[in-house]
Amino acid sequence: MANYLIKRILMLIPLLLGITLITFTVIHLAPGEPVEMQTAMSPKASAASRARLREFYGLDKPLHVQYGMWLSNLSRLDFGRSFAPDNRPVLDKIKERIPITISLNVIALILEFGLALPIGIMAAVHRDTLLDRAISVFVFVGFAVPTFWLALLCMYLFGVKLSWLPISGIHSLGSDQWSWWWRTLDLARHLVLPIAIATFGSLAGLSRYMRSTMIEVLSQDYITTARAKGVRERVVIYRHALKNALLPVITLLGFSLPALIGGSVIFETIFSIPGMGQLFYQGVMARDYPLVMGILVIGACLTLIGNLLADLCYALADPRIRHGRG
Amino acid sequence: MSLARAVCLLLLLLVCAACGQDAPWNKAQVQGGSQFVTGSIGEPSNLVPILASDSSSSDISGLVYNGLVRYDKNLKLEGDLAESWEVSPDGLRITFHLRRGVKWHDGHDFTSRDVLYTYRVTVDPKTPTAYAEDFKQVQSAQAPDQYTFQVTYAKPFAPALASWGMPILPAHLLEGKDITKSPLSRNPVGTGPYIFKEWVPGQRLVLEANPNYWEGAPRLARYVYRIIPDNSTMYMELKAGGVDMMGLSPVQYQRQTTGKEFLARFNKYRYPASAYTYMGYNLRLPMFQDVRVRRAITCAINKEEIIQGVLLGMGQIAHGPYKPGTWAYKSKVENDPAYDPARAKALLQEAGYRMGAGGILEKDGKPLSFTIMTNQGNDQRLKCAQIIQMRLKKVGIDVKIRVMEWASFLTNFIDKGKFEVVLMGWTISQDPDLYDVWHSSKTGPKELNFIHYLNPELDRLIVEGRGTFDMGKRRDCYYQIQEILAKDQPYTFLYVPDALPVVTSRIKGIEPAPAGIMHNFIKWYVD
Repeated sequence: MANYLIKRILMLIPLLLGITLITFTVIHLAPGEPVEMQTAMSPKASAASRARLREFYGLDKPLHVQYGMWLSNLSRLDFGRSFAPDNRPVLDKIKERIPITISLNVIALILEFGLALPIGIMAAVHRDTLLDRAISVFVFVGFAVPTFWLALLCMYLFGVKLSWLPISGIHSLGSDQWSWWWRTLDLARHLVLPIAIATFGSLAGLSRYMRSTMIEVLSQDYITTARAKGVRERVVIYRHALKNALLPVITLLGFSLPALIGGSVIFETIFSIPGMGQLFYQGVMARDYPLVMGILVIGACLTLIGNLLADLCYALADPRIRHGRG
Repeated sequence: MSLARAVCLLLLLLVCAACGQDAPWNKAQVQGGSQFVTGSIGEPSNLVPILASDSSSSDISGLVYNGLVRYDKNLKLEGDLAESWEVSPDGLRITFHLRRGVKWHDGHDFTSRDVLYTYRVTVDPKTPTAYAEDFKQVQSAQAPDQYTFQVTYAKPFAPALASWGMPILPAHLLEGKDITKSPLSRNPVGTGPYIFKEWVPGQRLVLEANPNYWEGAPRLARYVYRIIPDNSTMYMELKAGGVDMMGLSPVQYQRQTTGKEFLARFNKYRYPASAYTYMGYNLRLPMFQDVRVRRAITCAINKEEIIQGVLLGMGQIAHGPYKPGTWAYKSKVENDPAYDPARAKALLQEAGYRMGAGGILEKDGKPLSFTIMTNQGNDQRLKCAQIIQMRLKKVGIDVKIRVMEWASFLTNFIDKGKFEVVLMGWTISQDPDLYDVWHSSKTGPKELNFIHYLNPELDRLIVEGRGTFDMGKRRDCYYQIQEILAKDQPYTFLYVPDALPVVTSRIKGIEPAPAGIMHNFIKWYVD
């Protein structure tokens, strides 16, 4: 097991290098440069000032030199400075946006698993009944309705008409002078709509997945055996079937690790949440190479770690895999 | 299931607490007081003004800093940090007399040293700024004493005066330091009516009134600049009282804000924005080198219909590069082709086009067909292109539309001259100088005369117009320029949209003027 772990971790290094090389090339292949975005169509910018900006950002050097410099900085955990006019360290920009994104995503993820799994099990157990169909319709409505539209309707109802909830942002103006209790409540109030809508939209995938694995497990011989023994239906479902049906879900959980730092642009834009999605989108649109690369590297690391963890957990949970690999 | 019940109970409690009368957010709305909240789609990038070129940064810089001069409500230059100025008779030297007793927000005195520093750092080759051009015309700059600043130009340069509207930076905080790493970019110190208080990234910036401002303290005590990236969300916030001012879209202005209840709570304003939308022809292509073709296209387009369809009437027809009502604007341009499809057909006939199969005009076996390109994310431009497509079809011109992401659009098509027709917009600067967009020397790569319009007569008038401080002479030049552009139609000028700001009726003292409504912001108040 230890051997296997070390091998897997060593494998991550060339993988990560490969990922950075490909993303670096791809982002530089996209037409336009950061300098372009700042000076294009501006009557005040001359060719000389453009050249000056290019030199300032090091864009006048050959691509492989730029990559080498970036990589050597990265090895010292220096993500460089943003090419946006503020020229701030990339890490600072990410640091100030990551907490809200992670908290939102963790809460939404817990709610998603907490709701989607029971829903999926219920649908599987009551397969092909009215309840099953109703659940299908409900989760697919959530999947199909455009987030921004639903968000606007909810904002109008709860924010403008009923004034129960704030419309956008994450803090009320002046909340910095309130006690921590009111500040926390204020934050919670701001997060109700975004989290509710995000969760509603993501129920479909996981619950359908749960339903199908559960149906598959329920048709296994050992379930029939358990039922024949006279085991109570609750025990059959929650002890015998669920354990096995949950195995593939572990993999899904591993995959959601990188998603924790990614945010949806549309979603964050609608609710004015200063999260990672907006940051990344603006970075790409402005061709802010260091910022884009920084976020991608963090995302790539989390993806690789997530996969590794998923595999390990899977091995721990499923003796067949553990023994098979020896 | 008891867990679920506990969660429900907790949620219920939260909702109760949230609705309780004593919750601070219920009080906060009542206490709005003399706090002014405005919304912005974008976040400022850098509050050292010479390092930023986005409108959000200049919204904030405009309140924190001052220039030597500024435009008054009638768009005439007036003194700001300069009390007065003189231009020498030969037009080569400008002497600014600076206002005495002005203090930086940190208490230091403002002097000519600050002006000299701002000039030097802007033209310093190490400063990554896009604003060096106007200052590079300066031959020498001196500060003979603390309150006098003098610049000499190699030749008379009319836009020079306006270029000193550039925000002046505090020399005592910046001199000898690397401006790109200065803390001032997130925490500016200026001389302006508002003092920078805080910046919560991605959420808001807060400014507070400067009690010692030389024009008197602003009457609104706090200015909050909220970043709300979505226009619909901002509109909801406006209705819920979360922002006091925003710019409306034509649909919002015409359809969604007409109720009695809304009009009792808000005041709407309307005046021409400083921008125009145009369709530009690539004059490197033989097809567009024939002026009759360009004039025919303009004749075939019903600009009024575009304004109705795209802006719901919230705009005016443009027939030149100036804003209606400004001093350089010629209201009646004789050569401007009016909407006249019959004339369009006649002109095309004259240019040698004959109706071919499928209702498309042809010349030498080639159909009269082109692609209008525009950038992604601007719905108005796309709609505009669609209306034009329909109109041109009627006179036998086949038009395709292509929408491109901004960066690729510029790099792969505009810069390389690989386009036929573009549909884009320009902002109209206060000074009417057209050198950068229209002079024939500006056709190089990445320069702004990308349609490749070469007209020696126009060049002469542009150079003449920027070479004199005599307003009468300048106006003559610009009037003639408008006639030439109308006759030549290198662009089909489409429209000047209206700016449509809305402000809560709580705020008083707003005086709409040619410059818009923000010109007397420091005199706005709440009663």
